[in-house]
Order: sequence, then C-alpha cells, then structure tokens
Amino acid sequence: MSTDVLLHAKGVGKSFGGFTALAEIDIDLRPGERLGLIGPNGSGKSTFVNCISGDFAQHEGTVTLAGHSLNGLKPHRRARLGLARTFQLPQPFNSLSVLENVRVPLLFSGHAADATERAMACLEQVEMADKAQKLPKELTQVEQRRLELARAIALNPRLLIADEAMAGLSNAEVDQIIALLFKLNQAGAAIIMIEHIMRAVTAFSERLVVFVAGRKIADGIPRDVLALEEVEGAYLGKQ
Amino acid sequence: MTPNLRFWLGAALLALVLFLSLRLLGNDYAYFAGYFVLQYVVLASAWNILGGYAGYVNFGAAGFMAAGAYAAIVLRQALGLELLPGILFAALVAGLLGLGTGYLTLRLRGVYFSIATLCLAVVLQTLVVNWDYVGGSRGAYIVHPRDIPPFTSYAEYLFVVMLVLAILAAGIGRAVERSSLGRGLQAIRDNERAAEAVGVPTLRLKLVATTLCGALMGVAGAPLPYYSGYLNPEAAFSLAYAVNAIAMPLIGGAGTWAGPVIGAVLLASLQQAATVTISSALNLWIVGWMLVIFVALAPKGILGWFRRRP
Amino acid sequence: MDPDLVLLLNGIVSGLLLGGLYAAAASGLAVAFGMLDIVNIAHPALMVTGAFTVVVLGTWLGLDPLLVAVLQAPLFYLLGTGIYSAYHHFFEKRGEEALQGLAFFFGVMFIIEVGLVMVFGPEQHFLDPSYAYTTWRLGEIDLPLRMLVPALFAMACIGALFLFLHRSFVGLAIAAVAQDADALRLMAIDPVRIKRFAFGISIALASMAGGALVVVQPVEPSSGQVFIGRIFAICIMGGMASLPGCVMAALLFGVVENVTATFYGPSWSPAVAFGWLLLVLAFRPQGLFGKAA
Repeated sequence: MSTDVLLHAKGVGKSFGGFTALAEIDIDLRPGERLGLIGPNGSGKSTFVNCISGDFAQHEGTVTLAGHSLNGLKPHRRARLGLARTFQLPQPFNSLSVLENVRVPLLFSGHAADATERAMACLEQVEMADKAQKLPKELTQVEQRRLELARAIALNPRLLIADEAMAGLSNAEVDQIIALLFKLNQAGAAIIMIEHIMRAVTAFSERLVVFVAGRKIADGIPRDVLALEEVEGAYLGKQ
Repeated sequence: MTPNLRFWLGAALLALVLFLSLRLLGNDYAYFAGYFVLQYVVLASAWNILGGYAGYVNFGAAGFMAAGAYAAIVLRQALGLELLPGILFAALVAGLLGLGTGYLTLRLRGVYFSIATLCLAVVLQTLVVNWDYVGGSRGAYIVHPRDIPPFTSYAEYLFVVMLVLAILAAGIGRAVERSSLGRGLQAIRDNERAAEAVGVPTLRLKLVATTLCGALMGVAGAPLPYYSGYLNPEAAFSLAYAVNAIAMPLIGGAGTWAGPVIGAVLLASLQQAATVTISSALNLWIVGWMLVIFVALAPKGILGWFRRRP
Repeated sequence: MDPDLVLLLNGIVSGLLLGGLYAAAASGLAVAFGMLDIVNIAHPALMVTGAFTVVVLGTWLGLDPLLVAVLQAPLFYLLGTGIYSAYHHFFEKRGEEALQGLAFFFGVMFIIEVGLVMVFGPEQHFLDPSYAYTTWRLGEIDLPLRMLVPALFAMACIGALFLFLHRSFVGLAIAAVAQDADALRLMAIDPVRIKRFAFGISIALASMAGGALVVVQPVEPSSGQVFIGRIFAICIMGGMASLPGCVMAALLFGVVENVTATFYGPSWSPAVAFGWLLLVLAFRPQGLFGKAA
C-alpha cells in the first residue's frame, strides 16, 4: 500500500435481499483531499458511507484506511483509527451537556485525563465554547450541526465524512459550516462531503464523484464532472 | 476534602449511626427490618447500573438474586463455607450469568435482552425445582451459628453485613456514574449508533454493565438463605424482587446513584410497615401501581423533582 | 408398533395440538410486537385475565368456554385500545418507549397478576366443557378433544386474522404502519388510530387464547409467566410480523416441548422455551422462517 493513499475502497458493494444498493465502487482518497460525493436520492451515497463507517458489518469488496484493513471492524474501532462521521440528522447524546457530548469520544481514545480541556478546545474550534453547559435540545439546528462536528473533531480524524451536514440550514449557516470544514481540512483531515446543496459541494470539493443507481458514473475535478452529459442527465432526469 | 472522601466518610458515619441506634433498640425484629430495606438498596443499585445508565431493562432481578442465594447454599453444602465466601461465590455465579445472557442477546436490540432476562427467572426456577441437591421444590434449610462475636446476635451480624454491602453497592454505582464507563453507558442510552461512531466500544461496556449488574444482584441474594433459615424456589424467585428492582430506581430517579437508594429506602420501608397492616398481595399491588404511575407521570423519579438536569 | 415409537408419535401429535394453543397466544403478540413494535410483555397476563373471565362468565351463563371467549372478545378489544392510548400518550409520543415503556408493561403485567391473586386467590380454576374427557383415536394415536378443539379454534381465529390483514383495507393499513408510518400519513390515515385498532385486536386475540387455555388446562394467576418466554420465542422464531411463520414456529415449538416432556418429564419443559429463545437470538435473530435482514 502506497503511503499517499488514505482511504482505499475497492469493489465495494451492498445488497439488501435481491436489491443491489451499491455495486463495484472503487475510490482512492489522498490524505487531506476534499472529495464531494453527489447523486440523486437512493443512488447509494448513504449506503457507501455506512459501508465505510462500519454500520453495515457485511459488504462486498475491501476498504482500508491508512493501510489498516477496515473489513469486519466495528464502527468504534474505525473511529479510533481516525475515521469520523456526522449524521444526516444530528444525533447528539440528549441527556448530556454539550461539553460532555464532546468528552465522550475523548474518554475512549486515550485522552481521559485531559478530556475536558481537549473538549473545550474542540468546542472553541466550532465556536461553541459559550454553549458548553447547554443541553443539545436547547441548541439551534446549526448549533447541533456544529456540536456534531466538534464531536467528530475530538476523534482527531484523518478522514471526516460529512453526511449532509448542511441540510435544512440557511445560506449564511451553510457558509459557516463550509468555513469550518475548510479549517478542519487545513488542519490535515481529508473530507468526504455528501451533499445535495450544489453550491456547497462546488465551493468545497477539489474532486467530485457521482453515484447513480448504486454505481460510480463519474470521478474527476468538479468542472469536468459537472460538464458530463450523464451527470446532467442524472440530475435533470433525462437519459 | 475530596468529594470521594466526603462520600465514604459520610456513608461510614451514617452506617455507624444506624448501627448504634439499632443496637440501642436491641430488638432482632429491627435488624430484620433493616436487612429487608438494605437488601433492596443493593438490588436497586445493581439494576440501576444497567437500566439507569445504559437504558437496558433487566426483568430478571429475581433470577439473579436467586442464583446468588442458591450459590451460597451450594457452597455451604459442598465445602461447608459460610456467609462471607458465599457472597463472593454468589457474585461470581450471578456475574457469569449476567455476562452469558448479555453476550447472547446484546448484539441485538436491547429489548431482546429484556425478554431474555424475563424468561431467565422462569427457567432458573425450573432448574432449581428439579435439582435435589439444593432441596428441589421442598427447599433447603440453613442452620446458622447462634451468634458471631463480637455481634450480639446473628440478626445483628446479618444486618451489618448487608449494611456494608449496601454502602458498597451505592459506592459502586457512584463510581460508575463518575467514570468513563458511566459516561459511555449514558451515551449508549441516548444514542447507541452515535456512541459507536465516536469510538465508544458499546458491546464491551454493555457486557461490563450486565456482569456488574448480575454480580451485585447475586450479592444481594446470597445472605437470603441465612436470613430466613430456609429457602424454597418460590421465595427465592419471588416476583416481588423483580418488580421492586425496577420500581425502586425508577421511582427514586434512575440514572443517578442516589435515585435507587432513595427509592429502595422509601418503598422497602413502606412495604415493611405495610405488611403489618395489609396483605402482602395488596402491598405488591400498590408497588405495581406506583411503578406505572411514576414512569407515566414522573419519568425522572423523585430526584427529577429537585433538579432540572440529570 | 414399537411402544417407544407410539410414544413418540403421540408426543408429536399432542405437541402439534399444544402448538395450536401456543399459536393463538403468540399470534396476538405477532401483531403487537412484530407489526406495531410494541413490546407488550403483559400479553400473557392479559391472556390469563381472559381465561379467568371465561371461567367466571362461562360458569355463570353455563356456556362453552370457547363461545364465551368469542363473546367477550369485544370487551378485551376495548381494553386493548385503552392500554394503547395510555401507552401512546405517555411513552410513544415522548419517544420513551424503550426504558419507560417496557417498565410500564411490566407494571401492567404485575398489577394484573397480583390483582388476579387478590380477586381469585392463588389456586387453580377450571371450567370443563362437555367434551373435556372425550378422546378420539386414530389407530395408535390419541386425539383428546380437550386439546383438539382449542387447537382448531385457534387456527380458525388466526385464519380469520390472516384474511382480515390481507384482504381488508384496515388490515392492509396495519401492515403498512408496520413498514412506514409516514407513508400512511400521506394517505391521510392516522397511524395512531390504526395502531390503536391493531393493538385492540391483539388483546382481543389474547383473550380468545385465554379461552383456549381454559379448555386445555386449569388456570391460575401466575399461569402467564411460563408463556412469556414461549410466545416471545415463537414470535421471534416466526420472523416477528409473519402470521404463517408464527403458526409454524408455534407448532414446532409445541412438538419439541411436548416430546421433551414425554421423555424427560414435564417439569423440564419451561427450560425448553428459554433454551430455544437464546439459541434463536444467538444464531438466527431474523427468525427461523424470516428473511435475512
């Protein structure tokens, strides 16, 4: 395995019963790369994320992260290898304060001793330090998204998968989250952005992958990919 | 003074006051009543570790408790060992039972674990009824020594043992609450998928919790044959244990170490007082209603009335 | 014939008949647990309540237990809708069905059981129908009517339920609510109403199973306890929401339990339930007859 590949996915596929949700996906990601993953609803984006993050224990193909095989590893083992994700709907720990939410990943990754300091640092990165003692349900939508990012940052990720981290946000809020993701990326994390908001994807990604009906139909720099006829067809609904 | 030191000193002081006031009373009945309440402190604290923090409901308290009680009987019959080694052995047996049940069911949705614990009691009872070595359905007699110096009576000795166990159980609950284990269990209760995604080893934490929960329940049961002098399956597997183990933490305030203690002291004292005046069935009926009413109307229990946050 | 073989054959046949009773008890749970995702651990307790009302009403009116079971079913339907309304209001709506909801049903189970002890005492109650001591013989095989009639009654109830779920509009809506409650909302059907209705049916089935139980054996307030493991095991083995799967699992279960009882003694049969449940959960959580998840 060459060292300039962070994530190596080969032949990844997943079927439910007789339905093939995802087939033969090959994606290599460099350290620090910003990849946009787009496709219509039901094109297999979330299935792919769940295969990578370990929510689906069984799938076809192989996935490695920085040379470690991820196949068969539970999500928490992948998290400790530096794979972080956010969820389409924010999934905070509702009975824990914002600070405790961010402390949880630190407690289980060998930072129990200075978890509070580190958690506060993560909250500062997402500009949430003043909300540390609040409960998640007291937060606005964009603050919940920020909390989710802070929790991911706490894992000190090599790869962050942002699964529709901007759904339901206003334009200004989308810009805030994009800025945050850029900051994270500059700190060294590769990022896979799965997003329907095209403005965000094009502003952020240096590379674009398109899924349609469970298959990868395009992979390249955004301008070239978006110019492809198939991609336009998939989005505008003509073949 | 650190909070830890304050807790243990406070507990020791409380224990001493309890002990001295009962000794002044000098009445065996008072010791038995105290034992009755304290065993529930252990049982409720045990249930709370899994149910309160992780949100996994263990219906099998009676089964685990009986496993502990019969483990103590077996150890006595096989090796002639008395109460204290019996308690350790009970912790081992019931802890393994919790681990095994958890291992087989916890990879699935939590409700399967609950259902499994529900039948566990029934099946263990079947095993014990068919097991002549421990007396089968006829039950087993335990002849305990008349007294154990320096204690004035065996009742006092049992009371003191249970008092120490109750303080240990509350202390263990408190330690869990303040540890990474406790935080991890709370994360599991709130959102298991997210917990796993941020690196919490959910299965391992749950197994630690089921083992600890089972072991403590076994500990609560181990002195039971010594307390009553005679144990039959019907008494050991009494539904009263199962319902109280759930009702007490939920009524006191599940998910906090003090909740089960408050619930146990309150409910057990009420039941102890009520057995004198009303039938035991009516007594338990009231506990059932209290459980239903509390989970419906005050899901955070009595402690929830006093604080805004868990 | 070899006496052991006769014993085995009879064990299998009476196991099948016993399985009919289990199917009746488990089918209601398949609706509540399998389709509505309501973990009603009070189901067996409600079944035993049905058994007791059958004994009381049947003795008073001088009617056959199974007839009484049918007549009283609407009352249990109402009881079920009441329980569901409370459950929905206090737990489902608040999203607290996991811990608090389970504790609620446990409390209900407990209240019922202790309540029955207070009203009827802990001893056994029975109501023998006229055919209780008649046995048909097919060659070497005994067909006691005390087992055969309830089994047929159970199959009739489940058959009716199956037709209802697959043919009627409301039945299809129940199946839909199991899949996707939001889709129903789009069709302007209130999923809560559908669930309340379905839970009422589930409890009505529990009470009819109670009628069948009275014919098979005397009942006592704690009779429900041994059924908890059985019917949840059957429901899970059957693939949760599938009635045919539930019936198959129940019959299989009845045979295994009865053959165990024949050769090793009846006091061991409750252990079969738990053993099966654990094995199923450990190795085939999607059920014996279910599809892979």
